[in-house]
Amino acid sequence: MGISISNISKSYKKVKAVQNISFDVNPGELFGLIGPDGAGKTTIFRILTTLLIPDDGTAKVAGFDVVTDYKAIRKSVGYMPGRFSLYQDLTVEENLTFFATIFGTTIEENYDLIEDIYVQIEPFKDRRAGKLSGGMKQKLALCCALIHKPKVLFLDEPTTGVDPVSRKEFWEMLKRLQKKGITILVSTPYMDEAALCDRIALIQDGEILEIDTPEVIVNKFPKTIYNVGAHNRYKLIKTLQSYEHLYSVFPFGEFVHYTDKRDSFETVDLKSYLEKAGLTDIIIEVTQPNIEDAFMELAKK
Amino acid sequence: MKRFIGFIKKEFYHIFRDRRSLFILFGMPIAQIMLFGFAITNEINNVDIAIIDHSKDATTEEIINKISTSKYFTIKQMIAREADIETAFKKGKIKAVLNFEKDFSKNLIKEQKATIQIITDATDPNTANSITNYINSILQNYQQSKNKGIVVEYQIIPQTRMVYNPELKSVFMFVPGVMTIILMLVSAMMTSISITREKELGTMEILLVSPLKPFQVIIGKVVPYIFLSVINAAVIVLLSIFIFKMPVQGSLLLLGLESVLFIITSLALGILISTIAETQQAAMMISLMGLMLPVILLSGFIFPITSMPAPLQIISHIIPAKWFIIIIKGIMLKGVGMAYIWKETLILVGMAIFFIGLSIKKYKIRLE
Repeated sequence: MGISISNISKSYKKVKAVQNISFDVNPGELFGLIGPDGAGKTTIFRILTTLLIPDDGTAKVAGFDVVTDYKAIRKSVGYMPGRFSLYQDLTVEENLTFFATIFGTTIEENYDLIEDIYVQIEPFKDRRAGKLSGGMKQKLALCCALIHKPKVLFLDEPTTGVDPVSRKEFWEMLKRLQKKGITILVSTPYMDEAALCDRIALIQDGEILEIDTPEVIVNKFPKTIYNVGAHNRYKLIKTLQSYEHLYSVFPFGEFVHYTDKRDSFETVDLKSYLEKAGLTDIIIEVTQPNIEDAFMELAKK
Repeated sequence: MKRFIGFIKKEFYHIFRDRRSLFILFGMPIAQIMLFGFAITNEINNVDIAIIDHSKDATTEEIINKISTSKYFTIKQMIAREADIETAFKKGKIKAVLNFEKDFSKNLIKEQKATIQIITDATDPNTANSITNYINSILQNYQQSKNKGIVVEYQIIPQTRMVYNPELKSVFMFVPGVMTIILMLVSAMMTSISITREKELGTMEILLVSPLKPFQVIIGKVVPYIFLSVINAAVIVLLSIFIFKMPVQGSLLLLGLESVLFIITSLALGILISTIAETQQAAMMISLMGLMLPVILLSGFIFPITSMPAPLQIISHIIPAKWFIIIIKGIMLKGVGMAYIWKETLILVGMAIFFIGLSIKKYKIRLE
């Protein structure tokens, strides 16, 4: 009941959207596609939801081929496109009823599946969907995608444009749905959400950089990472960029993440270099690499 | 079936919650029929004319009286000299001038003939023509009443009778045309817009990834508009009967059934448009340019098809509106039954089947 993709390629005219991609999602897994905008995530979703035919390769969803058995797939998956795609002029309840009806079911029949989520938007059930806040819209869209008890759930960037609190809640819901045995494929441009998936595929420019659990991907990171801070972050980055031993530097939160070309070095050297450049309040400390560091490292190659 | 009803219910929500489409649906038919019925007319009423009477005798006075008492003309001024005709026309108020020759009565008695010159402002040729015809018939009428009892050798008196619209009311011509335009526009434009809206808003993506079959989506889109268009057709017919006193000679039931047939043909065209157009804007433009213009110009609604050049006559055959206008004119004005319009009906049925088949075939089950 999972997903398997082998050697899928798809081009739009001259642009290669995805190139020779293969991966498997195990039944009951929460699998994340992580990558920046334009990496090809939506194309993969559209191929798997039978909306696009791949130029090359084959893919199966819940045991059905995406090209030949597209009708069977359309009955058994839930799909939440990247753009809010519900009827804005229908109320919350009308939207949900409509999607239940076209899948041949009722809200009552599968209420247990959506209950956790629906109770949060129920107070607004007579409000038009177009008038909901971003987080509410996503919760309603998730309800609509779930109402027919799909075996596989496709969520294309469900948390884009949603506030941090709602994002956190949204992921908690996904975890609960996963426990109910639903296979979930989710995409996100937010690296911090990647750590919440069972396994992730890092994807860029239509190609997969790495597939593994978030922990393994982070542990594979070959360098020691330093959090570096100073009173003037912009000047700090500029100064670090001209440092002869620099391997990589990029901003991360209030600090910058710095790696050195040398296998081992004294932080004192770096500190004195920065002080000479006129920076003050310098902090240098070792930190744990995260998915973003791993992604930047892999994308560099 | 439950799916289907759910879908139709959703369509009605869309229609009734969108003020703009509600206005197009119900405001436009009423506005159009009123406009065509009252404002745009080529009938003649109270046309201002001027008169030059060089003889000023009993006969001319009688004729002038006859003209001024008819509801068609109002005598605005008397002109003394020919030289002033030009100025009178240039002021723009006067549409025609009647010029009685000198010694009108005398000539009539002595030489058995007298001349009246009719000068009309032909900047609007249709009106000029009608004015001349109306004046001619008043004069003829007068002559006949004068000749009563006198035996005249060899006289041909044409007896014209205008059938089906004896008073030549232009509204009788416009009602079938306007009804055709409105049904076509509402059906084709509204369906094509409502389908492309789903594409634009991304909801089509979700509908595709659902067990709904293409024909369910298409029929679901069409049914509400059939229903609304029938109401529209009824409103138009009622307006023309009660406000414009237009008689419906034939069977109302037949008129209704033929209208439904035409509505279905138009809806099928609308769906076809939506398979080509990606945005609501494009759908609207194609509907207006591709349907409205041919309907107005080539359907025989305003310009008679028989006087068109041959290539245009051939093109007019593929316009469903042409056949529908023939059908409803037949039913409303001539009171004919199926025996006289079966050919046109069959053509419309064929077109409807063709367009529906084509649009189901062209309906995309995927995104590209």
